[in-house]
Amino acid sequence: MSLPLHTLAQVEGLGPTPKLLKLLALPEALATELPLNRVAVDLRHPSSGKVLLAALAAADFGAAFGTIDHVPEAREAGLPLIHSLRRGDVAGSGDVVRVESSPGRVGIVHRRGANANTLLLTERCNSLCVMCSQPPRDEDDSWRLAEALDVIPLLDHDIEVLGITGGEPTLLGEGLGRLLEVVRERLPSTRLHILTNGRLFSDPGLVRTVSAGVDAVTWGIPLYAEVARVHDDVVQASGAFDETLEGIHNLAEAGHDVEIRFVAHAMSLPRLPALAEFIWRNLPFSGHVALMGLEPMGYARKNRDRLWVDPADAAATVADAAIYLARRGMPVSIYNVPLCLLPRQAWPLARQSISDWKQDYAAECEGCAVRTACCGFFISADATWRGQRIRPLSAAEMSEASA
Amino acid sequence: MRSRFASRGPGGFGLLPVRSTRLPSLSGRLLVTNEAGEFALLTEAEHAALLDGTLPRGTAAYDALLARHMIHEGQVAVPLRLLATKLRTKKAFVLEGPSLHIMVPTLRCDHSCGYCQVSRRRMDEAGYDMSPTHALAAVDRILESPAKALTVEFQGGEPLLAFDVIQRVTEEVTRRAAGRSVTFSMTSTLHHLTPEIAAFLRDHAFQLSASIDGPAAVHDSNRPVPGGNSLAKTLQGVALAREVLGPANVAAITTVTRSGLEQPEAMVNALVSLGFRSLFLRSVSPFGFAVRSARRTGYDMAAFLAFYERALRRILELNRGGLAVEEAYAAVLLRHMLTPFHSGYLDLRSPAGAGLGVLVYDHDGSVYASDEGRMLGATGDPTFRLGAVTEPLAQLMASAAMETLARGGVAEEQPGCRDCALVPWCGSDPVHHHATAGDVAADRLSSDFCQRHMGLFDLLLGLLEHGDAATRDVLLSWATRRWGTDGAPLA
Repeated sequence: MSLPLHTLAQVEGLGPTPKLLKLLALPEALATELPLNRVAVDLRHPSSGKVLLAALAAADFGAAFGTIDHVPEAREAGLPLIHSLRRGDVAGSGDVVRVESSPGRVGIVHRRGANANTLLLTERCNSLCVMCSQPPRDEDDSWRLAEALDVIPLLDHDIEVLGITGGEPTLLGEGLGRLLEVVRERLPSTRLHILTNGRLFSDPGLVRTVSAGVDAVTWGIPLYAEVARVHDDVVQASGAFDETLEGIHNLAEAGHDVEIRFVAHAMSLPRLPALAEFIWRNLPFSGHVALMGLEPMGYARKNRDRLWVDPADAAATVADAAIYLARRGMPVSIYNVPLCLLPRQAWPLARQSISDWKQDYAAECEGCAVRTACCGFFISADATWRGQRIRPLSAAEMSEASA
Repeated sequence: MRSRFASRGPGGFGLLPVRSTRLPSLSGRLLVTNEAGEFALLTEAEHAALLDGTLPRGTAAYDALLARHMIHEGQVAVPLRLLATKLRTKKAFVLEGPSLHIMVPTLRCDHSCGYCQVSRRRMDEAGYDMSPTHALAAVDRILESPAKALTVEFQGGEPLLAFDVIQRVTEEVTRRAAGRSVTFSMTSTLHHLTPEIAAFLRDHAFQLSASIDGPAAVHDSNRPVPGGNSLAKTLQGVALAREVLGPANVAAITTVTRSGLEQPEAMVNALVSLGFRSLFLRSVSPFGFAVRSARRTGYDMAAFLAFYERALRRILELNRGGLAVEEAYAAVLLRHMLTPFHSGYLDLRSPAGAGLGVLVYDHDGSVYASDEGRMLGATGDPTFRLGAVTEPLAQLMASAAMETLARGGVAEEQPGCRDCALVPWCGSDPVHHHATAGDVAADRLSSDFCQRHMGLFDLLLGLLEHGDAATRDVLLSWATRRWGTDGAPLA
């Protein structure tokens, strides 16, 4: 079972404004090159041992994570203390946390070792996709960019991939370019994966402002159909298809890496065979194609009547398209479709794609022979979304099929 | 963006550049292609509605044409940009410059093949080997070419009779081509291959093509040598080459003569049982000696197409049985039909490969635009002689021969081609049309070149449309160079 991203806690002495801190066990805290006022010492970690909190305060550490027993000494030392986390395991050493005082709350901004870490740059968007799992909100959230710029120095230098998502990150305009420059400077070996509809890149000027992203960023850009009429209908924005294609070309011509993304639902699925051909013929330079099952969140739930198809039927069409592209030498992946719904031929293309904090298995998965290799389900996908054809695969069946 | 394409008809859509052709294998449907070689198949009714502008919006045929940028809905900027990108991708070879450099180290040969495309000389005749001066000048020309990837191919005569020239050129190119990708290849009977020569070829990663015309009865009568047994001697060379260079670096080229025509299946079986997995079944070229001996070895194109269809069906049958065998020319055509890319094949390009993509350095220091141009030169027609190997590349490329080629080099402009839906997949071959019809820009519809390619494309389209899934998978694997007869995804 996955860990949540927030927990309640008692917070003392931190002041009214939320604070971003790097949580480190004592040995790592003493060795870090970060400014110590950005570091919280994790007293709960066994390697932290017994330490004088007055010494930590004198060294200018930002806070300590401890237990209720540390309260008197922390008060005495004037060291902010976070304790009594409702779920202590939510925040661990190496994580970047956002701590709020009242009510006391710890949020995970970046979890060390997680299979996916993302920065959400804005909740604003210029499209309104019928299946959006994270519906946009039209309010000024420019604080998010400031926070992201604040978080980046606290991230582990060895993280392989950092996701950037929204809303629509290109709405930040030059701010996005600035963020990329900071990431390249602070995390030179980290690859960025940025989800965008690409529409604003139809302006070559915006492409120039993100030039720091060449050789560092994969731009994940969705296409839902091979013709404008259907794509524009899915994203509920007239002219979007043409803008996205111009954007993809402008990015590619400037040397950027582009990934094409597709989400399977009742409106998009009938277009997938023709879309696969369209991608092969028009976008053979794409670095990757990701064909995805639907995440039943946000508008997807609201528009269920227009969108739901039995995942088993979607899986068959998705597998055909994935094999079509793979046979033509295009790098392709299937996300969010469990193995029991896919033909064996497509298994090598299926990935364990669901972020660990929102991933789960169904009751039917009990005893399945390939469970540990399967993406499972979004926690939000209850039985009414999963359809009737989920089933455990037996070891005997597996060896039979491979014989 | 305003454009002459932007007007729309009564159905709300306008036409982008397309061509349509009726073909026998399509059972009443029409082939429609755009400039970049994407295609759609339409019924007669759909095609009529396309032309008079009344095809209903949102129908399958309508969306197929819209997605392939054959029609537009008023906004043409994006369709034209994507079409331009696709055309640039398909024709990327245009910007490369000459990448294939064919050397003729000697005209001497011990074979006396009836259909020989080359005016060969006897073993003991002096003065038909390339001089060291000319060989080194050829290396200068090769390295002057702007192409990033170069191929240097040796042929003859029998090139191994002048191995010293091969050695000198290979070592000199290797030494001076630092940082560029160079592939060496040779077409030979392999009769004169020795372990020492094989080791040299291995060290320079040569790709070899052996001429093998089929079973011994056919091969030995096609390709006589003093003392007989020419196939057996070639097979000895093949065995040695496979052992030293590896089997994947030894391919077979088969010239189909009248005596080989009768038994296509036996021909395929023979080549496959000799261990070849990439076959190349060619018709006799109307060049050099072949013209003179046409009555003995030649045949009409319909007979070749009938042979080829049966041979191809046998190859496909072998593939369905689990043996991965490819017919190299079908692979070239399928790559043009089914992918956004060109095969790179020199003889099926528009603009033509002759001179623009390939240069031929003859034993006597002449430079020709193509091997066929050299054969014409040897029989007294210097039309495609660019000049002498000692002239700089820029001067050769500005020759009168290149101007002649340019006039017949763009298939999209040629009579018979410009309205043909197959033209985006096909080529121009001006040298062939000069040789057979007297003009680089001669009418194509009446040529054997056209007849052959119409027949081959029709055959392949028929197999793609009516063949079973396994057949289509095999054809696709040839086009994409991704083997996998079991249909497994190759990620």
